[in-house]
Amino acid sequence: METVLKIFRGDGTAGAFRDYTVPLQPGMVVLDAVHWVQAHQASDLACRWNCKAGRCGSCSAEVNGKPRLMCMTRMDHFPPGEAITLAPMKAFPVLKDLVCDVSWNYGVNRRIPAFRPRPPEPDGTWRMQQDDIDRVQEFRKCIECFLCQDVCHVLRDHDRKDQFAGPRFLVRLAGLEMHPLDAASRTAHLKEEAGIGFCNITKCCTEVCPESIHITDNAIIPLKERVVDDFYDPLRRLWRRLRGTS
Amino acid sequence: MVAVPDELRRTGFAATERRDAWWVAPLLQGTVLAVLITYANWAALQNANYRWGGYLSPLYSPLITISWLPLPPSLLILLPPVLFRATCYYYRKAYYRSYFLDPPACAVGELRGNRYRGETAFPLVLQNLHRYLFYITFLYLPFLWSDVVHATSFGGSFGVGIGTLVILANTTALTLYSFSCHSARHLIGGSLDCFSCSAGARARHAAWKGASVLNARHMLFAWVSFFTVCSADLYVRLVASGVIHDIRLL
Repeated sequence: METVLKIFRGDGTAGAFRDYTVPLQPGMVVLDAVHWVQAHQASDLACRWNCKAGRCGSCSAEVNGKPRLMCMTRMDHFPPGEAITLAPMKAFPVLKDLVCDVSWNYGVNRRIPAFRPRPPEPDGTWRMQQDDIDRVQEFRKCIECFLCQDVCHVLRDHDRKDQFAGPRFLVRLAGLEMHPLDAASRTAHLKEEAGIGFCNITKCCTEVCPESIHITDNAIIPLKERVVDDFYDPLRRLWRRLRGTS
Repeated sequence: MVAVPDELRRTGFAATERRDAWWVAPLLQGTVLAVLITYANWAALQNANYRWGGYLSPLYSPLITISWLPLPPSLLILLPPVLFRATCYYYRKAYYRSYFLDPPACAVGELRGNRYRGETAFPLVLQNLHRYLFYITFLYLPFLWSDVVHATSFGGSFGVGIGTLVILANTTALTLYSFSCHSARHLIGGSLDCFSCSAGARARHAAWKGASVLNARHMLFAWVSFFTVCSADLYVRLVASGVIHDIRLL
């Protein structure tokens, strides 16, 4: 059994899809097929990968138009005899073939206000209960594959990278904002710099997350509600003014 | 714009490399939603056949009649529930995808515009007031449950008809829809950072966990409750107009 991979070859200025015929093996994943192409037909094919186990988040690409990890996408997932299209993530500049420049994300990450612990208890330690951190542990599962960033239409179609941090960093902000020991408020950052209002909660980020993080329901919407608490809720604003805490 | 060659930059509405039937879900969702909205609007404007015995259509509950006002009573009470659904986080996803096509599906080209502002500017910034509509529609629930009690009254004696069950199912679905709301989940306990820091926080944590279980099914409750509202109205309407007869079970 063989199949055809249509792989994008090129860089940020020009490129084309080229066909490669690959023999199928039981249990084969798309990344195996790409490695077979590198080994036998195109040794200059660029592809970023590391763990081949869905843990490192390196091999993100668009397989038949859907953002996926190549190492977690089995070849038998696709109808036999049908060519499989492989393209780099479209929300980021292409460096070569399947490799994108995702460095914009690291800049966004650096601008997030850091963890600021509340004062320690009298014995100089901090304590927290499992119930307090269950919620934020979900956000720590993120492997930074940036598939959510790639599929988010605000970044992908509207190219609002100057105004919107994207779902990955809203997840990170949620992990900090809901942390039981953190004393900083990031709602102003969420509203202004991270641009949470640009998200119109169409849930594509949740659909593509390989770690099954409930990005929209557990991170973005709760953060939107916290922004409402601080900036949009007129009764809370009045209450803060009456208490002199605004 | 990012440096992506023309070969990859498929632009324009519905441009995608996807090969699955990505258009089925938004089309089906948009069609069903349009049918339900059309029916609810039609029924709300009828101003007749919304009551039979102890049965009252949910589109007219709580029933407020003002003799000098030439409007159907439904129009006096429907605005908050309509806005509650219109600003609901689930329905937002549904209509942004099906009607605004923004985007129609994941990784599918949309009607591109450089003026995209999401929910940062008027009028969509008003979506942020969803919690107020939750507060208001929450007040409707006691009336809806009292409708269930009234639906067990047949000429002063207790009874259960098909209509009783239809109204009970609708009120249950609306209650689950309300309590599974994302804003409710936040207000109940989601706004806390520390769940173990006080007895009050521990109680709110328990409530938040329950709300989270319901919240995971919010989409289901959103659809089911819209169906049950229209079904309950239709049932009462058909019985009241004599098209069908209610069957007494008890």
